[in-house]
Amino acid sequence: MAGLEDLYREIILDHYRNPRNRGELECPPAHRSEGFNPLCGDEVVLTFEMDGGVVTDLRVGGYGCSISQASASMMSAAVIGKSVDEIRDLTRAFKAMMSIHEESIGGDGSEAFDGASDAVDANDGALRLGDLEALRGVVKFPVRIKCATLGWNALVTGLDETVGAS
Amino acid sequence: MSAAAGSAIDGPIDATVKAQFPLLQRTVHDRPIVYLDSAASSQKPAAVLDAMDDYYRTINANVHRGAYEIAAAATEEMERARADVARFIGALSADEIVFTKNATEAMNLVARSWGGSQLGPTDAIVLTEMEHHANIVPWHILAAERGFEIRWIPITHDGCLDLTDLDRLLDGAKLLSVTAMSNVLGTLNPIPALAAAAHDAGALISVDASQYVPHLPTDVSAMGADFMVFTGHKMCGPTGVGVLWARSELLEAMPPFLGGGEMILDVTKDGFRPNTVPHKFEAGTPPIAEIVGLGAAVRYLEGLGMEAVRAHEVSLTGYALRTLTDRHGDDITIHGPSEPAQRGGVLSFLFRDVHPHDISQVLDQSGVCVRAGHHCAKPLMACLGVGATTRASLYVYNDASDVDSLADALDEVGALFGL
Repeated sequence: MAGLEDLYREIILDHYRNPRNRGELECPPAHRSEGFNPLCGDEVVLTFEMDGGVVTDLRVGGYGCSISQASASMMSAAVIGKSVDEIRDLTRAFKAMMSIHEESIGGDGSEAFDGASDAVDANDGALRLGDLEALRGVVKFPVRIKCATLGWNALVTGLDETVGAS
Repeated sequence: MSAAAGSAIDGPIDATVKAQFPLLQRTVHDRPIVYLDSAASSQKPAAVLDAMDDYYRTINANVHRGAYEIAAAATEEMERARADVARFIGALSADEIVFTKNATEAMNLVARSWGGSQLGPTDAIVLTEMEHHANIVPWHILAAERGFEIRWIPITHDGCLDLTDLDRLLDGAKLLSVTAMSNVLGTLNPIPALAAAAHDAGALISVDASQYVPHLPTDVSAMGADFMVFTGHKMCGPTGVGVLWARSELLEAMPPFLGGGEMILDVTKDGFRPNTVPHKFEAGTPPIAEIVGLGAAVRYLEGLGMEAVRAHEVSLTGYALRTLTDRHGDDITIHGPSEPAQRGGVLSFLFRDVHPHDISQVLDQSGVCVRAGHHCAKPLMACLGVGATTRASLYVYNDASDVDSLADALDEVGALFGL
């Protein structure tokens, strides 16, 4: 029986109360990508700048629950300064951690992660996930997985539109 | 018709009612379940479960066909349920009751069959900003094909319809389609007055009574409705069965909706002749066990008495509004009318700035079941300026202790999120 402490880890609540990289960049030159959770109406708006294949800046807008907002905040802190390839690897690792139950709940919004069938092993991914590891408990609450992946879906979609799908 | 608000929650509806619902005897996370999501789906009394079980164990057979004993008994039970439903809403004839899959399908039937044959590019219909998606999207789909205009009655700041411009909105419109009770705000809309206004303007009125029929005495004639839709699973019945009621001359004139068996009198290689009403609209084998269950649900509610059901809910809603406000003060904002007599037991609220998903997650740990989200009413969410709300909804089996449990569990939310 999963308890709330598995879901609401302190670092998650910290990112929820004090979101990193909150806001919006001017488009253009920044790129914009949105994600919606049709089940709950949550919305994330990402704006990000690219330079030489590297995401040099990223801002998170929109609204949503603590899990979607904290995950997007943690994601922003993790990807700024990384190359598109590094971000795709990180996304795959995060996806592997989150996808344990996701296919069994189905639904909308996960099409951006179709490539996850070749996801890296979750334990392998954990080595590089750092703070994001705190979100591991979300998989014990399957209906909240969509919350945790909302921002990541939007980022992958945005990168695909900007530099082409990998 | 309206029931007086009692000062206490004790009345003809007492703790014996909750005892009649097997699911409400279970625990969740080692706590007694506190079920506050009946606006989404109600629980079912043993009488309904037994009726469906008996049907399958003793008379299961396809209806309207076989001459053998159990087929005749199955048909009789299904048609008894149709008569029960007709009586329950004051229909003039059981033939005015069309069984559908749910209220959504019933509304699609009205849009597709009536709207598809009546609405063209120069026409207009009127909806309201507080409609459920089931009373919006079918019209969007049809409007995209046929090009009619959709007009919207706005809502006031306290969650009622703003009827200031009603006459102008209805001018030239062919239909007003409106909810009798908001599934988000609990607002009870003035259907008889709206029906009169629609009829004066030469329009028909279609009523989404999904949240109304389960909770209040219903009389389609007194309401002045032309069409009414509702669903079984919100009124102690099973999922998989809904109802369209319409005045018989409308049903007679409307073309069929779905084609197939049962809805025909004759079929040749050149075409078909539709069956009589209501069978014209019931293609294929119907959900017989569910219809039998719905009949049992209607008889169960009649046994309690809908006046008593309403009185209980007015009283309990008043208690809930007082308790939540007393306990949580400025931390809680409850949408919709503040007067219990003007609303149903649907309480959508904001609790500080905690997201509804987080609230419902924390409440679940206390066994408290509430809904979080847009409640299939995104245009209304936009009007309220919120993305989602938390919704607690009451029914006949709820009592003051359920409300107290909700108020207690909200303390946990405050503690976890550092309020």
